[in-house]
Amino acid sequence: MLSDTLSTLFDPGNLAIIAACTLYGTFVGAMPGLTATMAVALLVPFTYFMDPLLAISAIVATTSTAIFAGDIPGALLRIPGTPASAAYVEDAHRLSQAGRSRSTLAVSLFASSFGGLVGVILLALLAPQLARIALQFTSFETFWLACLGLSCAVMTSNAPLAKSFASLFIGLFIASIGIDVAVGYPRFTFGNYELFDGISFIPAIIGLFAFSEMLRGLRNPRRERPAGRTQEGPGLAIRRAAGTLLRFRRNLARSSVLGTLIGALPGAGADIAAWICYAVSRRRSRHPERYGKGYVEGVVDGGAANNAAIGGAWTPALVFGIPGDSVTAIAIGILLLNGMSPGPQIFTDSPVLVHTLYGAFALTNLLMIPAGLAVIFVSSWILRVPRRVLMPIVLLFSLVGAYAITNSVMAIWIVLALGLLGYAMEANGFPLAPTILAIVLGRILEDNFMTSMIKSQGDMTAFFERPWAAGLGVVTLGVWLWLVGRGLTQNHRARHHAAAPHASQGDRA
Amino acid sequence: MSMSRLTAVVTRSQAALVALLIASLAPSAGADEAPTACTWKPERAVTVIVPWGTGGGTDANARRLANLLEQEMGVPFNVVNRTGGNGVVGHTVLARGRPDGYTIGAATVEIDTMHWIGLTPLTYEDLTPLALIDRSAAGVLVKPDSPYQTLDQLLDAARADPGKLTASGTAQGGIWHLALAGMLHAEGLDPNAIRWVPSQGAGPALQELMAGGVDVATPALSEALPQVEQGQLEALAYMSDKPMAELPDVPLTADVLDSGWKLSAFVTMSAPAGLPDEIACAYEQAIDRAVHTAEWAEFRRSRGAPVIFEDRAETAATLERTDRQLGQVIQAIGLAQ
Repeated sequence: MLSDTLSTLFDPGNLAIIAACTLYGTFVGAMPGLTATMAVALLVPFTYFMDPLLAISAIVATTSTAIFAGDIPGALLRIPGTPASAAYVEDAHRLSQAGRSRSTLAVSLFASSFGGLVGVILLALLAPQLARIALQFTSFETFWLACLGLSCAVMTSNAPLAKSFASLFIGLFIASIGIDVAVGYPRFTFGNYELFDGISFIPAIIGLFAFSEMLRGLRNPRRERPAGRTQEGPGLAIRRAAGTLLRFRRNLARSSVLGTLIGALPGAGADIAAWICYAVSRRRSRHPERYGKGYVEGVVDGGAANNAAIGGAWTPALVFGIPGDSVTAIAIGILLLNGMSPGPQIFTDSPVLVHTLYGAFALTNLLMIPAGLAVIFVSSWILRVPRRVLMPIVLLFSLVGAYAITNSVMAIWIVLALGLLGYAMEANGFPLAPTILAIVLGRILEDNFMTSMIKSQGDMTAFFERPWAAGLGVVTLGVWLWLVGRGLTQNHRARHHAAAPHASQGDRA
Repeated sequence: MSMSRLTAVVTRSQAALVALLIASLAPSAGADEAPTACTWKPERAVTVIVPWGTGGGTDANARRLANLLEQEMGVPFNVVNRTGGNGVVGHTVLARGRPDGYTIGAATVEIDTMHWIGLTPLTYEDLTPLALIDRSAAGVLVKPDSPYQTLDQLLDAARADPGKLTASGTAQGGIWHLALAGMLHAEGLDPNAIRWVPSQGAGPALQELMAGGVDVATPALSEALPQVEQGQLEALAYMSDKPMAELPDVPLTADVLDSGWKLSAFVTMSAPAGLPDEIACAYEQAIDRAVHTAEWAEFRRSRGAPVIFEDRAETAATLERTDRQLGQVIQAIGLAQ
């Protein structure tokens, strides 16, 4: 059986597909606004005509590399390629402006690869146990998990608490546009059916980050000097990255394991995993004050966590045939199409498939290192291009991409509207990251809240009746209490230093 | 020998040439023969609109059929997924397309429900039906350790204590919600005797059911086939009058219920309203040939579904009848706008 798996895995066709999808995933992930889910969705029409083993390898290779590659535009241009990269985009970008783009991206590459390997090892060893936890998750638990993820976005923000919360609620408002799942009623759509499905993440991230960044460049054109004139040599970058990872090896281990666990939960994916691990990292760090200002420790945690979560997300799919996220939902469709039923019997009925899946994960995460390094060294030259030339080009490509993916002109209007919003927010010291996460998680939060309320017929205590729900609820309420405490001390300090200028606003480098 | 037969036997590389030839002949042919000669052939790529996402059942059926139609008609058939708004977006784009044969789409049963719920003014009358290619009936699913081991026990429990039990499977007012509420209504119960918990499709609903969040789920039985086959879930009933080939032992609602209730979702191929008869009948014939190929039979078998084909007249009748029936159900549950 081992030889079967190995021969499938190292079949020239399979290797070629994994290699091709590694490149494809890198490209899609690195394009601002194109997500890993989208990369897989674009792959589906081809997989209908592929051998299922090849199709699974292709999906695994594409998602793993796309999630890593999302860090590249995040570090170089401050435009996170996928929502999972948004947690540590500020740190990565400032490091890159300080001339450390290559070593920072190498850190996130190695952390991603390590996290991905831990994810698949845990999946292979503990799938049934992980699945048992996942089976405890109903709408109550998922609601608390989404709450916790959103609270982490506020917790890790450097802006004043009130402004972070304001940013979060702006995002939640944007997420509430469209047809509400609970009663099927359209909200804030003004009768335009293009808005029925809500504001999708792609035009939102392009508008908030890419377009607003361009507007900022227009405001003071002379201030921006091309950063990274001096590039680190490949040897130095890799040595620095290795040193960083060695120094933060505990973070690496912690976030890989935690990321896998979070990924295994239904409704949670790489996005929530990255934010929660980044927040935990900041709480446990010796230098929490340096987070968000160009500190590499959070990049290690976030980078490892989001790739680990991809492995974890296959747990419920393999064990019950129920998708853990949108990518595995597509994968299950492909398996069914080929007459294979995911579920407990897949481990005995199609062991080759299961082992090929594990093998493809391991292989991709290893292949990603040379492919990723090549992309990092080539793409970091982009920093030599003056930003006033670069940003319009990036915006143009992103706009075309957003339009092509959604097939709708509405995407372009959304980019423009949210670009103005993002510019206004940043100019007034409101952080953008909570808004982005709220747009991603707002729907999940609301759907699960409404579902829970319908189930309990309005009884709020039901949110604490099930053991996991109670545990997550208490943790979330604890985070809120801590946040309120921090907010009060902030106010207290602000009153003490009323005469001094506020240091934490508008201090972008 | 008719023109369409002729093109069916030529190879694909010759097909474009033949299409050109026929296009140049078309005006004179149309003048000589009856207007419904069904000789129309597309000369450039055709757009196939799918109102649902990639990877789902509608998408798989539409893509495989598009692939076969390419072979039949000799031009590319490009599938475009226009998702969103519980199907409103894709159906609207399809209905607003030009009725020239270059825009067709996979209109689904939702065309008969959306307007009753007030999501859109669009109805089946805004489309020209070409054929019906897929049907899937709802199942009634519980956990294996559920206290209700037959449909009767479940309905008795709902009758004795209305509002205690919960069910899921799709959004509020979605087709699988209507399956449950319609069955309760037909059996003389309050349609809300089993309360509906909305979900984002069958996957999340099955997760809720297995995690103990709801008591029943009523998605398409085919969507829960792996879980039922492997004993993770139990199927109490299949809302049809013909058993499902893979699960022949699941009781049929047409047999066990006095009302004989049954409900299935369907996928049609349709075009915008006002499609000329000549084009519509050309598509009807091409789809007829496509679904009777060995490739289509093999594809349907892999999905555990039989080959289904209804022609234009039958599809139109199905759309009209379903619209009336589901409208009554939606009004009975109080979702009508």
